[in-house]
Amino acid sequence: MSDVTTLYGLCASGLIAIGIYGFSLQSEPLRRIISFNLIGTGVFLLFGVAARRAAAAGFLADPVPHAMVITGIVVAFAATALTVALILRLAELNTDPEENIQPEARDEKSA
Amino acid sequence: MSMLPDLLLVMLVLGAALWTVAARDRRSSVIGFIALGLLLALVWMRLYAVDVALTEAAVGGGATGLLLLRACARLDSIDAGKPSAGRTLQLLIGFCCAAMGVGIAAAALGGPDLPPTLAPAVAANIDAVGLGNPVTVVLLAYRAIDTLLEKIVLIAALVGVWSLAPDDVWGGPPASLKLAKASEPLTFLAQILPPVGFVIGVYLIWNGADEPGGTFQGGTVLAAMWLLVMLAGLAEPPETRRALLQYLVVFGPAVFLISGFSGFWLAEGFLSYPTGFAKTMIVALEVALALSIAVIVAMMLAGPSARTPR
Repeated sequence: MSDVTTLYGLCASGLIAIGIYGFSLQSEPLRRIISFNLIGTGVFLLFGVAARRAAAAGFLADPVPHAMVITGIVVAFAATALTVALILRLAELNTDPEENIQPEARDEKSA
Repeated sequence: MSMLPDLLLVMLVLGAALWTVAARDRRSSVIGFIALGLLLALVWMRLYAVDVALTEAAVGGGATGLLLLRACARLDSIDAGKPSAGRTLQLLIGFCCAAMGVGIAAAALGGPDLPPTLAPAVAANIDAVGLGNPVTVVLLAYRAIDTLLEKIVLIAALVGVWSLAPDDVWGGPPASLKLAKASEPLTFLAQILPPVGFVIGVYLIWNGADEPGGTFQGGTVLAAMWLLVMLAGLAEPPETRRALLQYLVVFGPAVFLISGFSGFWLAEGFLSYPTGFAKTMIVALEVALALSIAVIVAMMLAGPSARTPR
């Protein structure tokens, strides 16, 4: 049993390392978000390994870290949705010069 | 038991992770990330975390994957990629990250032989609450405050997404999810699958009290069914200014909050349940929360109000 948790612990550390590498080197915002999510999944997996090692009281794993990871996955999804929306809006503003004009200026132009 | 399947799984996970970072274009990277989410669901199964596996498959692979794929499609028409860093810098950062990974592994695996555990505390709570699934007990009784705050985060993030709408279409519907080229198999699927998916979603919510499953897993399945119908063009996303939609978004968290405060009078304090009624209240809360989660997830994936394409 301990061998399996060691293996997945190494897997989690690998995910975090790969995620940090991608996060520091990618230039596209969307790919940075993906890399950041890689770091997140690695951290969650560390929780899973800790939960499995802390099996007690008749459970195969400690349920408290599991619940925290579920909450974490949900919050990570919410943060990803918000950042993706920000990126899309930014890209729109950068390409559409009409949008860069302030609303008052646009009114004057149309008047 | 043989370690070979685990070793293979770990190699696949790390391979998928490397692919998402190294892939040449955005779309391949996203597809690698979706594959990674599904592989991670298997990893969670190996760690005896069935509830987490369901969440990871539904949210990590499914919902996040759809979100990123849609973003790809939108971005491809807007901007092109930029050049990446030089080779020396890549090697240097790669070395630093590898060292960091080794450090994390040493810290995570070198702990005490008998790590601290909260499992006995949960076991004591299970008897008091009367639910069979320990993770649900933690989520809705033992550590209900975490779950309550998570719902608040979801609402805040949805408000954030909606507030990115351009001024002139404020409160209007999000961009249509309908595909430019109508696909007959997709339309067929969107007509056949939702009843089945609805039953599975409700089953996951209902079953979450005693067996693996729960509000978020079930809610995401319900959201996926709605999204499928919108993708096939059989329904359009609702206007974000609609009162019914906004009530549905806050309904679950509001019920949770009211039931939490009622704990002051009916039970021992905030977010505690009166003895004997704990299971009834938790199941009722789960139904209310799942409804709101389904709407929130679907609306987050649909994005802010947008102009109709010119």
